Amino acid sequence: MAVQEEKPGWLGKSVRRIEDDRFIVGRGNYVDDVVLPGMLHMAVLRSPVAHAKINSIDTSRAEALEGVVAVVTGELLAQHNLAWMPTLSGDTQAVLATDKVRMQGQEVACVIAEDAYIAHDALELIEVDYEQLPVITTPQAALEPGAPVIRDDKEGQTDNRIYHWEAGDEQATEQAFAQADRVVSLATHYPRCHPAPLECCGCVADVNPATGKATIWMTSQAPHVHRTVFALVAGLPEQNIQIISPDIGGGFGNKVPVYPGYVVATAASLLIGRPVKWIEDRTGNLISTGFARDFHMEGELALTDEGKMLGLRVRMLSDQGYAYADAQPSKFKAGLFHIVGGSYDLAATHVVTDGAYTNKAPGGVAYRCSFRVTEASFFIERLVQTAAYELGIDPAELRRRNFIRADQFPYTSATGFIYDSGNYEPALDLALEKVGYDELRAEQKRLREEEGRLIGIGLASFTEVVGAGPSKNFDILGIKMFDSAELRVHPTGKAILKLGVKTQGQGHETTFAQIVAHELGIPPQDILVQHGDTDNTPYGLGTYASRSTPTAGAATAVVARKLRDKAREIAAHLLEASPEDLEWDWNRFYVKGSPDQSKTIQEIAFAAYTDLPEGMEHGLEGVNYYDPPNMTYPFGSYAVVVEIDRGTGKWEVRRVVAVDDCGVRINPMIVEGQIMGGLTEGYAMAAMELITFDEDGNCLGSNFVDYLLPSSWETPNFELHETVTPSPHHPIGAKGVGESATVGSPAAFVNAVVDALAHVGVRNFEMPVTPDKVWEKLVEVGLAE
Amino acid sequence: MTQISVTVNGTSRPAEVEPRLLLVHFLRGKLALTGTHIGCDTTSCGACTVLLDGTPIKSCTFLTVQADGREITTVEGLAQNGALHPLQEGFKEEHGLQCGFCTPGMLLVSKALLEANPSPSEEEIRWALSGNICRCTGYVNIVKAVQWAAKKIETTPVG
Repeated sequence: MAVQEEKPGWLGKSVRRIEDDRFIVGRGNYVDDVVLPGMLHMAVLRSPVAHAKINSIDTSRAEALEGVVAVVTGELLAQHNLAWMPTLSGDTQAVLATDKVRMQGQEVACVIAEDAYIAHDALELIEVDYEQLPVITTPQAALEPGAPVIRDDKEGQTDNRIYHWEAGDEQATEQAFAQADRVVSLATHYPRCHPAPLECCGCVADVNPATGKATIWMTSQAPHVHRTVFALVAGLPEQNIQIISPDIGGGFGNKVPVYPGYVVATAASLLIGRPVKWIEDRTGNLISTGFARDFHMEGELALTDEGKMLGLRVRMLSDQGYAYADAQPSKFKAGLFHIVGGSYDLAATHVVTDGAYTNKAPGGVAYRCSFRVTEASFFIERLVQTAAYELGIDPAELRRRNFIRADQFPYTSATGFIYDSGNYEPALDLALEKVGYDELRAEQKRLREEEGRLIGIGLASFTEVVGAGPSKNFDILGIKMFDSAELRVHPTGKAILKLGVKTQGQGHETTFAQIVAHELGIPPQDILVQHGDTDNTPYGLGTYASRSTPTAGAATAVVARKLRDKAREIAAHLLEASPEDLEWDWNRFYVKGSPDQSKTIQEIAFAAYTDLPEGMEHGLEGVNYYDPPNMTYPFGSYAVVVEIDRGTGKWEVRRVVAVDDCGVRINPMIVEGQIMGGLTEGYAMAAMELITFDEDGNCLGSNFVDYLLPSSWETPNFELHETVTPSPHHPIGAKGVGESATVGSPAAFVNAVVDALAHVGVRNFEMPVTPDKVWEKLVEVGLAE
Repeated sequence: MTQISVTVNGTSRPAEVEPRLLLVHFLRGKLALTGTHIGCDTTSCGACTVLLDGTPIKSCTFLTVQADGREITTVEGLAQNGALHPLQEGFKEEHGLQCGFCTPGMLLVSKALLEANPSPSEEEIRWALSGNICRCTGYVNIVKAVQWAAKKIETTPVG
């Protein structure tokens, strides 16, 4: 291995986070910390039933309660044309119900009061007369002929189908299957779960009655898009809307959509002329905001007897709830699910997707999923594992035989993705080496045969697609998915960087400062990173789908280079040399051949305001709107080892080895933090997280007692390793990493549990793989103790 | 309304409160100590953890009147005379936080742990933290942060 060149620079350094200084002393500034003079408090009345006609709403007793300022209903909003709002995928969602409620927890009325306690008291005094209707809780039932039409409010909607969308080549795929020696199939449900950031959603809306300016502090992962949606919903002039997304207590996709609470609080502030705060409670968050997954998937893999994959067919039916409210690139109705071929060289793939309305919360938004790549990756990695058992080929070997080879990149997949770079085999090899795969297989066999113990080894070799995205393919509500950075260097050589993206814990204030530091030599602690305030940052699409580094990170590098070009001109002027005769050395320009004759970036910055070449504009600043030429394709291989307790069905994680390749790592500490967080959520989905419903549409995961999250006690330790395959088109070769582990790891965990019982013919467990499911299986196969 | 007197971070805070006022709302609303957060409303997540006479409690399900005559420590009371508590340093050093929302609760639970058990094992740390949910970090670095602080406290001369 080459000796690392000792060089000053900021890429690849685990700089301690700049933002931590405020969080560790309790001086973060989250939405609920915002207090304004005269501020009122809003509470939301939610429907107790999943589907009903509203005959009447009587708010008189609530309005009479001392301290109540107003009660807002759908009827009042309808007078202002605000009863419905657009979703980020071009559907509509009720702000407050007028005709019907279509899910349990739907917003029916809001109380605005002097105090949050009074607002909640008043909710109890509102009387709603519901006439219950038949409830649909599965997409299969929703698409039955004659099923009641849930969205009868929509003109022309005659059934519960939202979309039908296909990708790939059906005929070519059929031909591949005709040539196959073996066809292996899998049907599974990626169940509904919830991102459940620790901070619920909320806002403080302040509409100035004199100027009409609306300032809205909001839990928003995409403040600029939300400003535009607000302009469209409310008809307010866009320059009069300022969205401020302050510190955000976790997002994971949950804070991408626009929620009714934001709209009602803003409308109430406009009507009343005072600021209005709305802070969602946990039950409201879990039962009404963007959930994740709920994909029913089935498909087949065509193979030769030697294990060469020939073709893949997948059918997916998604349960979208009562509104199609994903943040969805408009061209792709099921997000990027059609990357379901994953890491494998498949000549033919055909993907058929359908989405249906049900009487459940709207969304499918996300949860660290890169536009439905989580579901796709889970499916292919589970299917490949199944194929390995059916063909009697080791799961690692079957993957190896079918990986897209390093010399095939850039690789065009059968469903139209152009993978930018990859080198899959070394990542798998490293995972196998670190976990001690061969020894483990021997140990597994020995323990099974000699002691009756059940060890399972699960693999997943995922490929992600992130960094949405190139404007030719990606837009949300027509807005192209570029992102932006604006950089200004002050006279003293300090700088401010303004971003169109918005951190929710990912550490942008440090990572993005490091990109500037790398390009310009200004140390990270001299750079203020500003984000989240639409009046003070350039337009961008926000932070989700692991897109910040691929898009705004690229914009940051590009704008810093633009400034460096100008700095070269200024340095040439100061050094009385020609610009071509200067060399850049990480934080200064020097005259070729005379390294002593140099000007640092700080000296150049001062000159930008004091001593410029004739005719040059003052200042050292610029902006870049970056339209990525392609997506980036992070990948990795995970190996999980579990042991099943034959007495209880409980499975313990013994090892988690994760090899990630996200291209160039800017801050390895932060990258590893993202991976560990993602692995934990991946484990959580595999083991416990579940939002489910009874037949009446009652949500059975409506609080943290019923919706299980892993604590420090259940969460395993992680062994992290890396390979580095830079993105060829990203300015610094980075790919994005926030979601790799939630995309890759659920299949590895489930594969491990299945693997422990594969020898007795077990091929599948449905997530979450709870001990009762394993116990039933142990009983069935005669291995229960 | 009920007259109470609570000592918060070493300062006596007499107040008139509604008997139903939750302690977390008293701290955040009446005293503007917004470092204590609300995550779940049901004593499950620990974002609202404060110390009551040195013992961690979840202030989202604790009435302010129950704290009458007692001592509360919040995250704002951890740093002393401008010097960070070793746990605060440890969380930064070991990247024990991401969004920061669970951090105050984690810090206070860890403080109580280290006071009772200055050199806990990994298992003891994990058990002590198990009433506090973090959605970002996966806990590994939080455990390391507590270990970092324990070591720092152990190796720092008293006085």
